[in-house]
Amino acid sequence: MNQAVTNTGLPVQQGLYDPQNEKDACGLGFIVNINGEPSHDIITKGIQILINLTHRGACGCDPETGDGAGILIQIPDKFFRRECKTLGFTLPPVGEYGVGMVFLPVEHTQRLVAEGIFERIAVEEGLAVLGWRDTPVYGDAIGRVARASQPYIEQIFIRCAPGMDQDTFERKLFVVMKRVEREVLESPEIKDKSFFYIPSLSSRTIIYKGLLLAPQIANFYRELSDSDAMSALCLVHQRFSTNTFPTWQLAHPFRTICHNGEINTVRGNTNWMYARQSVMQSPLFDDINQLFPIIPANGSDSAALDNAVHMLRMSGRELPHVMAMLIPEAWDADTTMYPEKRAFYEYHASLMEPWDGPAAVAFTDGKVIGATLDRNGLRPARYLVTNDNILIMASETGVLPVKPEDVKYKGRLQPGRMLLVDLHQKRIIPDEELKRNLASRRPYGQWLNENQIDLEKLPAPSRVHGTDFDTLIQRQRAFGYTDEDIRALMTPMAVNGEEAIGSMGTDTPLACLSDKPQVLFNYFKQLFAQVTNPPIDPIREELVMSLTSYIGNELNILDETPQHCHTLKLEHPILTNWDLEKLRRVSTSDLLATTLPALYHVSGGGLELERALDSLCKRASFAIKSGYSVLILSDRNVDAESAPIPSLLALTAVHNHLVREGTRTQVALIIESGEPREVQHFCLLIGYGASAVNPYLAIETLEDLAQKGMLPPGATFEKALKQYKKAINKGLLKVFSKMGISTLQSYRGAQIFEAIGLNKSLVQKYFTGTPSRIEGVGLDVLAREGQMKHDFAFRPITESDTELETGGSYQYRIRGEFHLLNPQTVSKLQHAVQQESFATFKEFSALVNDQSRQHCTLRGLMNFKRGAKPVSIDEVEPAKEIVKRFATGAMSYGSISKEAHETLAQAMNTLGGRSNTGEGGEDEDRFKTNRRSSIKQVASGRFGVTTNYLVNADELQIKIAQGAKPGEGGQLPGHKVDENIARTRHSIPGVGLISPPPHHDIYSIEDLAQLIYDLKNVNPQARVSVKLVAEVGVGTVAAGVAKAHADVVLISGYDGGTGASPLTSLKHAGIPWELGLAETQQVLVMNDLRSRIVVQTDGKLQTGRDVAIAALLGAEEFGFSTAPLVTMGCIMMRKCHLNTCPVGIATQDPALRAKFAGKPENVINYFFFLAEEVREIMASLGIRKFADMIGRVDLLEMKEAVDHWKASGLDFSSILYNPAMPARVGRRCMVAQDHGLDLALDYKLIDHAKEAIDHGAPVEFKLPIKNVHRTVGAMLSGEIAKKYGSAGLPDDTIKFYFTGSAGQSFGAFLSKGVTLTLEGDSNDYVGKGLSGGRIVVFPSKQSNFVPEENILIGNVVLYGATTGEAFFNGVAGERFAVRNSGATAVVEGVGDHGCEYMTAGLVVVLGKTGKNFAAGMSGGFAFVLDETGEFALTLCNKSGVDLDPLDTKDMEAVRNLIERHVQFTGSPRGQWILENWSSMLSKFVKVFPHEYKRVKGVPRTELAVKSMAVKGSETTQEVRA
Amino acid sequence: MGKVTGFLEYSRELPSRRPARERINDYFEIYQPFPKAAVQTQAARCMDCGVPFCHTGCPVNNIIPDWNDFVYRDRWKDAIRQLHATNNFPEFTGRICPAPCEAACVLGINEPPVTIKNVEKSIVEHAFGEGWIQPEPPEFKTGKRIAVIGSGPAGMAASQQLARAGHDVTLFEKWDRIGGLLRYGIPDFKMEKWTIDRRMEQMTAEGVKFVTNAHVGVNVPVEDLKKDFDVILLTGGAEQPRNLNVPGRDLKGIHFAMEFLPQQNKVNAGDHLDSQILATGKNVIIIGGGDTGADCVGTSHRQKAKSVTQFEIMPKPPDERSALTPWPLWPLQLRIESSHEEGGVRDWSISTVKFSGDEYGNVKKLHAVRVGPPPKFEAVPGSEYELDADLVLLAMGFTGPVRSGLVEQLGVDVNVRGNVATDDNYQTSVENVFAAGDLRRGQSLVVWAIAEGRKAARAIDLHLMGKTKLT
Repeated sequence: MNQAVTNTGLPVQQGLYDPQNEKDACGLGFIVNINGEPSHDIITKGIQILINLTHRGACGCDPETGDGAGILIQIPDKFFRRECKTLGFTLPPVGEYGVGMVFLPVEHTQRLVAEGIFERIAVEEGLAVLGWRDTPVYGDAIGRVARASQPYIEQIFIRCAPGMDQDTFERKLFVVMKRVEREVLESPEIKDKSFFYIPSLSSRTIIYKGLLLAPQIANFYRELSDSDAMSALCLVHQRFSTNTFPTWQLAHPFRTICHNGEINTVRGNTNWMYARQSVMQSPLFDDINQLFPIIPANGSDSAALDNAVHMLRMSGRELPHVMAMLIPEAWDADTTMYPEKRAFYEYHASLMEPWDGPAAVAFTDGKVIGATLDRNGLRPARYLVTNDNILIMASETGVLPVKPEDVKYKGRLQPGRMLLVDLHQKRIIPDEELKRNLASRRPYGQWLNENQIDLEKLPAPSRVHGTDFDTLIQRQRAFGYTDEDIRALMTPMAVNGEEAIGSMGTDTPLACLSDKPQVLFNYFKQLFAQVTNPPIDPIREELVMSLTSYIGNELNILDETPQHCHTLKLEHPILTNWDLEKLRRVSTSDLLATTLPALYHVSGGGLELERALDSLCKRASFAIKSGYSVLILSDRNVDAESAPIPSLLALTAVHNHLVREGTRTQVALIIESGEPREVQHFCLLIGYGASAVNPYLAIETLEDLAQKGMLPPGATFEKALKQYKKAINKGLLKVFSKMGISTLQSYRGAQIFEAIGLNKSLVQKYFTGTPSRIEGVGLDVLAREGQMKHDFAFRPITESDTELETGGSYQYRIRGEFHLLNPQTVSKLQHAVQQESFATFKEFSALVNDQSRQHCTLRGLMNFKRGAKPVSIDEVEPAKEIVKRFATGAMSYGSISKEAHETLAQAMNTLGGRSNTGEGGEDEDRFKTNRRSSIKQVASGRFGVTTNYLVNADELQIKIAQGAKPGEGGQLPGHKVDENIARTRHSIPGVGLISPPPHHDIYSIEDLAQLIYDLKNVNPQARVSVKLVAEVGVGTVAAGVAKAHADVVLISGYDGGTGASPLTSLKHAGIPWELGLAETQQVLVMNDLRSRIVVQTDGKLQTGRDVAIAALLGAEEFGFSTAPLVTMGCIMMRKCHLNTCPVGIATQDPALRAKFAGKPENVINYFFFLAEEVREIMASLGIRKFADMIGRVDLLEMKEAVDHWKASGLDFSSILYNPAMPARVGRRCMVAQDHGLDLALDYKLIDHAKEAIDHGAPVEFKLPIKNVHRTVGAMLSGEIAKKYGSAGLPDDTIKFYFTGSAGQSFGAFLSKGVTLTLEGDSNDYVGKGLSGGRIVVFPSKQSNFVPEENILIGNVVLYGATTGEAFFNGVAGERFAVRNSGATAVVEGVGDHGCEYMTAGLVVVLGKTGKNFAAGMSGGFAFVLDETGEFALTLCNKSGVDLDPLDTKDMEAVRNLIERHVQFTGSPRGQWILENWSSMLSKFVKVFPHEYKRVKGVPRTELAVKSMAVKGSETTQEVRA
Repeated sequence: MGKVTGFLEYSRELPSRRPARERINDYFEIYQPFPKAAVQTQAARCMDCGVPFCHTGCPVNNIIPDWNDFVYRDRWKDAIRQLHATNNFPEFTGRICPAPCEAACVLGINEPPVTIKNVEKSIVEHAFGEGWIQPEPPEFKTGKRIAVIGSGPAGMAASQQLARAGHDVTLFEKWDRIGGLLRYGIPDFKMEKWTIDRRMEQMTAEGVKFVTNAHVGVNVPVEDLKKDFDVILLTGGAEQPRNLNVPGRDLKGIHFAMEFLPQQNKVNAGDHLDSQILATGKNVIIIGGGDTGADCVGTSHRQKAKSVTQFEIMPKPPDERSALTPWPLWPLQLRIESSHEEGGVRDWSISTVKFSGDEYGNVKKLHAVRVGPPPKFEAVPGSEYELDADLVLLAMGFTGPVRSGLVEQLGVDVNVRGNVATDDNYQTSVENVFAAGDLRRGQSLVVWAIAEGRKAARAIDLHLMGKTKLT
């Protein structure tokens, strides 16, 4: 590929591609001899681990070129000593020399220059260069693409200065490395900078890595096979990146860490690190400025983390200390944590924000080696220790064969915990001891007591702003309040304490196209997590979330003093007027506040706005010089001349100015503004760096509402304000969690937004680093919008004037915001399909397409280029072919009625398109009929996802995100769950159902690959599609999805419909599909992945023109939901969430369903009209075959001379960009994916089970199993389901007995009649989607450890299981039986979040559980043996369940299950319990969900109610004050 | 938008009409009082639609869901504020509008629609009762002078809007009282005329000058107006009635509806007339099946006609919404007005062939024939018949504004349909002369007239001031 590249080897930004969006994930592991004895064996085994993790990596367009792999070992002294001798120099004793692994330009002269720089700097730092060693590498061992980009690899040997201790030497080497990096980057002689990189430079460790596949590493770096190469530790990593670009240096390990996961907050973390540089000092460095930037640009998130870790480590903190500081436990809400540990974390929280995101990080400095897990425990990490003191840790168990009898114990890394081996002490330091040591390093608690300031305790202010009712309306007008803002957004928040819910998506113009004056906030769209990291459930997993932040002057982060925590602690970021006045008057030591006015002379327009911003920045600088540490940016005192500067703009202007000036960390910025009123506003202010916000006008509005009696009876202003704050805070948590961020501190300044329609100069100056890709408005337009609002405010108001603008964003209003679906378009479309009139349809499409009067969508501003000669329409592919490319969107049976769902299915089956089940499963009666949906969706709730469901599909769609609410889960309220829906979803009628925000088996890209593999196994004939939502970087994710072997990727626009979504998400998350689709096409083509995958798009597609534009931008298939619903009678009531749909579509109320009048013919007419219109366009473009239209972006242009005050600034050249690639690179799907199914163990199983499948004859076999054998049993189960449906075979017809460590998804989707017994252990997802089979797992009979104390099976076991049973003689990982909806299981211990979201089934836990057990559980039972009482007291999340004693029936059932458990597994613990049954019995508690009780008519337990109440009030106080 | 489940719980209910036998003895409005609570229940049926078709069905775009909600929540003051924001005279439309909003009501897809019109009337009457409706004089005067010619609903709405914007408005009316068709075309039993006086009082206080008996172009020279005013707004209505050119048309006893109806209103107002066209004791035949025809039916009943027959040339519409006019379009369907409840005969697909009379030239017989469907209306052979007729009232619509007089003298262009032509900004071909209402768009509903008046006012304000605050 001949593309310009950055210095990391990635292409430069072009079109919609931006290298910043690249993501990676992976498998990692290490092996260490705890005694610190080096051996060659350790290296050999390390490489073996790497090879056994190969399936966690990926390869790109060249199957021989991996995404990168590497290993880190101790310096192999013996080997180097021998080698260097032959090179003519002698190495000093171990520890007195360092080795640098250096990637150099291939071109000779440049290489010499680089080497020269290296040598000079080493000498300047007082060190001596011993010599260079040309590292022997074998290019034949690696792929073609890798070879072409291979750097020249050398090793440099540097001697330490006489008498220098090793730590000082390490630090010197660090300085050398930083200086060399910087000089090479700046050197004009070195052109091929992308080659240059220093993987490692240390006297302790060395890194061998490259663009390799795991098995290639030993052949490429042959010295790793040399028996003289010895190490006591070996850290390995296999990468899975979202691109196929040759990037040698982004392979892990980095210098100190390797990482599996993603740092979501990396942008904020990097910015804050940069801002902190100005106050960084350390006596350990002569000139600290040489080390800056601490985090060089263009690295990956992992590289950035490594740089931060490295810097903090080198400046004196021990490695475990650094890790605990950067990736802290969830301490904030953990009431059980002891005070010293809390103090340690809280102290460090005032130093820096967490690096947040799913992360398993392994780290080493050669002296210690360890690993830590993020607070949420979202990555797997398993380890075992052998009798001869070898520790093996990896993303999976079974990566190295170890004899069972040699295993001392097995464990897993738990959320927030650390595993550490100290090679000097020759022992594992347990997390408990480690943290205690850290906590006692300093008197952190005392420091906090003496220095931290509590807002509550500040003196009461003498005067507080009250509500000024007289000018209220005027000011509301000036800030652009609408009636709708107050009615639809604020009132529900003030009444219910949470944001209102809406439905059917959004269809209003983008802010940059709207004729109405907008608030600046509306130009921004929230980013969200998809595939490469998971969103969080902020309600059910509240314990990891935190809104606490610290205000104050940040001190030198390399130091540690009591003064560092002299900060003001805020429980949450919303300040009342009372709070703000306290803060305004604060004068405690360094804390001193001043107020800066954020107003401008409105008559001066854009120039005046700019001048006001400049002067605001200057005043901020001056205030800092004068010693102020809290700056309040205030827009109070708006009057006839002065308008408010948009609060976000005032903030970002000052923030960026101070960052550039290097003074940002010396002040906190507080916003006092009349503008913020909805969740999105607060998110933006905090996301761009505000410490707190005082929304004074919103507060006054609430008081006004209370006074006017607009709130329900009994609601006072105080109560309303409290609820409003609660709603905003809840909303903030929700928005953070969409991105997978847990704490406000990490979110602050992280800029998790994309701007749509702001021009470059505005973004560069005020929103530095925020993506904004289609240009747009500048300060002049923002000023004009301000002027419009201001004019409206300061005109006389008469009685009959509606006091505010009507709004009309969420509901259509005349004179309100424009809607694509309006009375005219809805009725025209209905008339067209009912009367079968193509002419009326054309009237409809003309109304939609003609955006000349009112701009609404990006595509509205595009034109077809008419270059080619038109062809006759008769020559164009017939409509009946084109309609096959159409699908209806995922709407679940449950969200819409049976009648509506089946009508759509019939229509699509009749015309040859596809309908989609949505996430609610499908009634089995429909499977073999015309009423079946050919696309079966697999969403996070896994409702009704059985083996039988999966095999009855033509396409399996994994819903990662939904346009209307990306990053969020869903909820089907109990009142919509009737008998039939409950049956279909395998749940209980009347019980509400929750879909978690993430798929609990997809926390990263390699997990997605695993799920795709699972589904392909169950139904190899079905294509697998992955549904994504457009956002910046979606193209990169799509490339990852292509590499994960999906057959189809769907790019949804943000405007897609929904049955229920918070209003914030409806409008403000995600971007139009035009951008997402174009980016996807460009990135897939650049990576040569486009030809492997079908691209589909959806999001308010309505007309033939929409389809044609989507095709030209790169889509080959198209999804529709809203329009087909309208053809069936939907009138955009937007009441789907209330079950009151008056036309019988989005309701389960029988009376309303009876009103459904839609017919398949209506839908069929629509799609044929649509295809007909597409044909007309094709004819006019001279295109005969639809396939020839795909990706022909050259046929699109932006409308010329758009005469609109806002739209005229837009520039679509990035959307219409066509990457320059050779013709052989496909631009549409042309080849099938290779799913690698041929290696599946199941072929053997099916072979063995032939008699059983064909004739029902019982069969039984024994087989060995390894971790590379994944998804065992699924394909076999698919075969059974195809033949026998969900009934399966009689119990125990097929029995397999395995020995070894099973790979991921062991027993997934196991059908009835199959029993899998495993002697050994297993990885994640055991029994996923279990559909009637039986799984039995116990440790090897030869093993000597105690089963109930050792980890046996991985995370997310029995996820979405519907029937069947499982017996586990050992401990399971996190999220055991998550979303279980019918399976029965016995297990001897579980990790955190056990039985989460469970809706039915039965789980017996015979040992300890982790935290947050039963969160979101709404049905079924769990019986937990709570020997210590800890479960009932702290571990169980009792917000939705009662803990009851067992009744006689329960006792019998539990005993029976334990008896069978013992029978199947031979469990000693089970046996012991049975032997002591009478004394054990009383220690069992029954976990009984409230919802389930309600439905069953069982009264809530008095005791439980009481303890609940206490717990409830505690939580309120702590988290939600 | 009322209660979320209101539409499932309550059924449509309207105030009942006084018994026909009772009400034909007087000219008072026919509706019984309707309790406030019942109005609130009806408002609760409103469904808070995502796309409220009602308020685009409504020509003045009343923000119906919002005021329904206010009524449901007993917030009547907010309701009238919201209602007045789009409609100057809800008491008129609340009485006599055929309510296209209700035809477009989403609930109407499969249930009887919300009683929007009655809620509207209830709001405004409640507000008047509470004394909330007060003059709203402007804070500043612009000094611009505007003549509005024609005091029907269009002229009234425009005058009120322009006065509130600070202009000096003089409203000219050729009759002795203001109100135009409202005053003299609508029978009192549909709308009592104190409602107009009540508004006039408010408008006077807001600065509108009313000049009655001023027939511009007849007794008031057009040139004077051009001299004295910055802008002239024509809102003279479409008063040219459609004639029936058949033999016998000149016989005595054949009148246009608009000759007949005003007289009774004048009498009701206490005027003495020298001679009145009366239906008393006569066989009355009304030609034309529309609203005006129905008004003639009701008035004839009240004058104690011997018989009342109403003809229509079009075929009888279906009882339910015709498939040709699917929701949310204005439905083609049979309408039964209050006057029809009071008696008389209706017949469709009938064309009048000729009239014959007695020796004194009085009409005595009407000769008719049954006809086929439009557009040909072919006579059905052998279907000719005749009817006794003492009074024939022609209520076949209007063909546009009266061209002689004002329109000709000003020299404004008219369009092919005979209406005064304007651009999108309500400007006629003559500078500073604007037009609105039926005179511009042809015969239509009161609610359209109000909408036109408001829009023209906005255009004029913009024209004079360069910007406008009117909506």
